[in-house]
Amino acid sequence: MCGIVGLFLKDKALEPQLGAMLAQMLGTMCDRGPDSAGFAVYGTPRSGLAKVTVQSPAPDEAFSGLAASVGGAVGTEVAIERRGSHAVLTVPADRLEAVRDHIRDQHGTVRVLGAGDAIEIYKEVGYPTEVAAVFGLANMAGTHAIGHTRMATESAVTTLGAHPFSTGPDQCLVHNGSLSNHNNLRRTLARDGIRFETENDSEVAAAYLTAQMGQGSSLGEALEKGLDDLDGFFTFVVGTKNGFGVLRDPIACKPAVLAETDRFVAFGSEYRALAALPGIETAKVWEPEPATVYFWER
Amino acid sequence: MPVVDLATAELRTLNQALHHQAPGSNETAWEVLNPHGAHAVAVGLNAPVTVTIKGSVGYYCGGMNREAQVVVDGSAGPGVAENMMSGQVRVKGDASQYAGATGHGGLLVVEGNASSRCGISMKGIDIVVRGNVGHMSAFMAQAGNLVVCGDAGDALGDSIYEARLFVRGSVKSLGADCIEKEMRPEHLKLLGELLGKAGFDGIDPTSFKRFGSARKLYNFSVDNADSYG
Repeated sequence: MCGIVGLFLKDKALEPQLGAMLAQMLGTMCDRGPDSAGFAVYGTPRSGLAKVTVQSPAPDEAFSGLAASVGGAVGTEVAIERRGSHAVLTVPADRLEAVRDHIRDQHGTVRVLGAGDAIEIYKEVGYPTEVAAVFGLANMAGTHAIGHTRMATESAVTTLGAHPFSTGPDQCLVHNGSLSNHNNLRRTLARDGIRFETENDSEVAAAYLTAQMGQGSSLGEALEKGLDDLDGFFTFVVGTKNGFGVLRDPIACKPAVLAETDRFVAFGSEYRALAALPGIETAKVWEPEPATVYFWER
Repeated sequence: MPVVDLATAELRTLNQALHHQAPGSNETAWEVLNPHGAHAVAVGLNAPVTVTIKGSVGYYCGGMNREAQVVVDGSAGPGVAENMMSGQVRVKGDASQYAGATGHGGLLVVEGNASSRCGISMKGIDIVVRGNVGHMSAFMAQAGNLVVCGDAGDALGDSIYEARLFVRGSVKSLGADCIEKEMRPEHLKLLGELLGKAGFDGIDPTSFKRFGSARKLYNFSVDNADSYG
């Protein structure tokens, strides 16, 4: 099954409440995906700085001295903010690749979940409301966010198998459904140099879109091309630094509801996820059409 | 009039109270507040009561309905009025996928649009949609009538048996073994009655086209092998 929620704010006044709104939405989708949960929150970028979200199964050990080690490698002071099994490192934007390489080479138990100017990613095994509470989602601010509650079908229930998947800077994807050609596609993308962390089908979809955008496609164009190349059932919600996109496969079995007001665009697997949003009574609420790309950018 | 506020009352309490309406009960008009997209609101009713739901509902609202009138003053999630036997379910907003699926009888009215698979495997239900229906509507429809005042999506009536389909707007494509058929006087009369029952006065039955089964897939013929795909 799986549940998806997404929120793209148009009204800056709502930005301090982004996390609280998303946490409430995520909580309504627990019964669609009780195995694990995750979310990506896009904050306001800080000039010259990038964020790297890392995770470790043994965070106490793994994160102690991590900032100093990364800072030493890139020759500057690096800030670290820990949240549960995750931490966010703030690093110089132009040294992002060096940071990734250093962590991969020197810190074997630390996984990079995502990186970019604006994105932070948190995901963990467990009941979604508890996952959201552990990471303090309700206190997070930002411009847009995507959340997912997982009922595993295609790969094991693990932290890394939870959504969102991030395979490019400031990009992330959540998925409800299952892909049938992901093994072939993974091989093709791996040949092109893309590194995969899991056996998960949704990670392949994320990497596919990253590859398309890497070749110059916009998010909208990448999603459009995905209709030809991705086989299976899917409702995707995709985040980028500036925007938020939605795509359903042509059969469109997996549910989806969109709502839009002057203040926000919201996505829910069901209307329940949207029912508590401010002004939902008068919002434009509709079911996204099959095989149709929707996206909003600021 | 009993009013049940789902912001405070359990859904199960509501449905049990509705199920316990004995024949001849005086509590014939119920109102449900704050459904907030809840699943299975007013399912399995079996008495001539009217239930008005003030807001949008989730999956399976009015499912298995018998005799009752259920009004959704909002939109409905997937499977509204699924397997309805009799009575009426009216959705004032939009209905999600497989509205009226497998329905044996009664009337489902959607005042907005219905999405994919509307009336899939319908077995005698009447469905009247004021707006459009999505792809694969009336898939394997066996009996009953589907009236679409707007447009129909891809593969309308795929593998249809004997239901009648009336569409006023465009049909994106017809499914296997579904063809346009002549609109005879008895069909115009039936269509007029259905539009009247749905409360959609002022829509001219002659502005519709009728579709139904070509009856070529009933029995296997090797010549039709490609159509079974």
